[in-house]
Amino acid sequence: MTAHATGSAHEVPEFTAEGADWSDVVEEAARLGAQRIVVNMGPQHPSTHGVLRVMLEIEGELITEARAGVGYLHTGIEKNMEWRTWSQGPTFCTRMDYLSSMFQETVFCLGVEKLLGVTDDVPARASVLRILMMELNRISSHLVSLGAGGNELGATTIMTTAFLAREDALRIIEAISGLRMNNAYIRPGGVAVDAPEAIIDEIRAFDGKMKAKIGELSDLMLKNPFFLSRTKGIANLNLSGCMTLGITGPLLRSAGLPYDVRKATPYCGYETYDFQVPVSDDADAFSRTVLRIEEVYESLKIISQCADRLEAEPGPVMIADKKIAWPAQLTLGPDGQGNSLEHIRTIMGTSMEALIHHFKLVTQGFRVPAGQVWQTVEAPRGELGVHLVSDGGTKPYRAHFRDPSFNNLQALSLLCEGGQLADVVVALASLDPVLGGVDR
Amino acid sequence: MSAEKGLSAPDPGARPPLTLLPVRKGMGSGTTSGYGGLVRRATMPGPSSRPYGEWFDGVVDVLEELLGKHATTAIEAVVVDQGELTLVIARDSIVEVCRHLRDDQDLRFELSLGVSGVHYPADTGRELHAVYHLTSITHDRRLRLEVAVPDADPHIPSTTSVYPANNWHERETYDFFGIVFDDHPSLARIAMPDDWIGHPQRKDYPLGGIPVEYKGGTVPPPDERRQSR
Repeated sequence: MTAHATGSAHEVPEFTAEGADWSDVVEEAARLGAQRIVVNMGPQHPSTHGVLRVMLEIEGELITEARAGVGYLHTGIEKNMEWRTWSQGPTFCTRMDYLSSMFQETVFCLGVEKLLGVTDDVPARASVLRILMMELNRISSHLVSLGAGGNELGATTIMTTAFLAREDALRIIEAISGLRMNNAYIRPGGVAVDAPEAIIDEIRAFDGKMKAKIGELSDLMLKNPFFLSRTKGIANLNLSGCMTLGITGPLLRSAGLPYDVRKATPYCGYETYDFQVPVSDDADAFSRTVLRIEEVYESLKIISQCADRLEAEPGPVMIADKKIAWPAQLTLGPDGQGNSLEHIRTIMGTSMEALIHHFKLVTQGFRVPAGQVWQTVEAPRGELGVHLVSDGGTKPYRAHFRDPSFNNLQALSLLCEGGQLADVVVALASLDPVLGGVDR
Repeated sequence: MSAEKGLSAPDPGARPPLTLLPVRKGMGSGTTSGYGGLVRRATMPGPSSRPYGEWFDGVVDVLEELLGKHATTAIEAVVVDQGELTLVIARDSIVEVCRHLRDDQDLRFELSLGVSGVHYPADTGRELHAVYHLTSITHDRRLRLEVAVPDADPHIPSTTSVYPANNWHERETYDFFGIVFDDHPSLARIAMPDDWIGHPQRKDYPLGGIPVEYKGGTVPPPDERRQSR
């Protein structure tokens, strides 16, 4: 690490931060007698998308060194999953990156299905519902990214517009799964519950509403001279930088490579949908904003194709194999979505065998053949991977998630160093990290 | 699959099948299932023999050619399972293998999707496994590398010189499993506090938790509840 001898040397340098490698920094600075200003941003800074700590060494307003410190939101989800059944897995992994729940549920379930060897037995309607939910989730996630990014620049209207639009997407997610976030909707073998019939009309109406709102949002962002001057040419990361650091998602596509897992290695039948992968080669914060807006339009295209398919193909939403399929479907009651009373009546009143079957599957779970798999999906922030190891038991032997934010945050130094202090916030917003996913 | 073909392949008989998993005996005495005496042996898929299928043979061929004489020691086993290719690599060769996989135009695994670990206490002398997932955008291929090291000597050369993206992933694997990646630029803990003792993702590390009392009853923490594995 280099020390920067700028300004007059104080006799007694003053430092207010402490912690592991800080003591080295302090000692070195004291030994050299040079003035160094190290700003500790976070972990409770509102624009750090959760609890991210950024250590910035500055000369005036210029950033000479930037480092990210993570781990403040580590909850041991991966370890916890080793103590829960395969069916309980989605309930845990949905809470990692809380803005892209559906992707984590899907990637986990695709992994489990691969281990079970039942990938082709998942009903078509379940795959359509998975894609529908993922694309709605992509829209809601991108809207948070855009809105929060605008808010961090002081543009509250961008945030309120984006968050209002996001509510529309969440309303449909809620109407289908019963929950706005942390849904645990996608289960090994299918989905938890079929979509209500009335949802088709809601999705059709949503298309127009969202296009109007995203149009309003892009007017607010892309034509605003202040927004342009704050984001154009800021937080550059070119293609070789992206490849070196394993960056995926909008950052990689903003550097010119149209890499999207939905196209490269399709899953859930993405190859049968008509959509484009927006790409830019400006590699700056502004182009990432444009890409996220364009991706919302592409997601809307996929969503309306999902609506067509839901209308055309009724059918089961859970695998036929009763040894794997979750025995109950949820139903909508006067107090919201919950247990299917019909199912409870059947197992409690008419069939002892069904009750035993239900009890065994719910408490003990199903066994998954020993082995390991790797599955990835295109999450809003990049390539989300899961590495699952089974020991042939009813619980994962090991579940590891390759979270895109975790990997992408490594680029923070490259994005910030040599730039202005105020642009750190812009760089962070264009990275769009979610610390729940980073720390897991 | 005919196992006799492909004489240049690393001899699958050189290493016994990967019996990584502990033998499970019944479901404990507290169960009502009546299967307390049941013994179950689970084994991970063992080494495969040629032809591996798909593009796997080609990639292994090119890699063996690039590695030259020490190909047989570098590639300890080739496992094909679930349509995925896993190369078990000797730890001394991991950096060289990564470099070939990234740089050769016929391999070109230019994107590393990180490193994670798995702890197999039953795999004596090879308890800690580091698992690398590589993607070739150029050829649209995916590949897994696995390096196994003993618990007593948990050192693996760092791959950050080839894939800088693995920097934080190796820190995480060190943090959770205690695998030491030599020559890593700054192998500090990443999720746990710096002064934490132990490596939480190891199998001998308890999940933790406290019993919860509710209306006179007590629910033990998850890792002390009766398990039906």
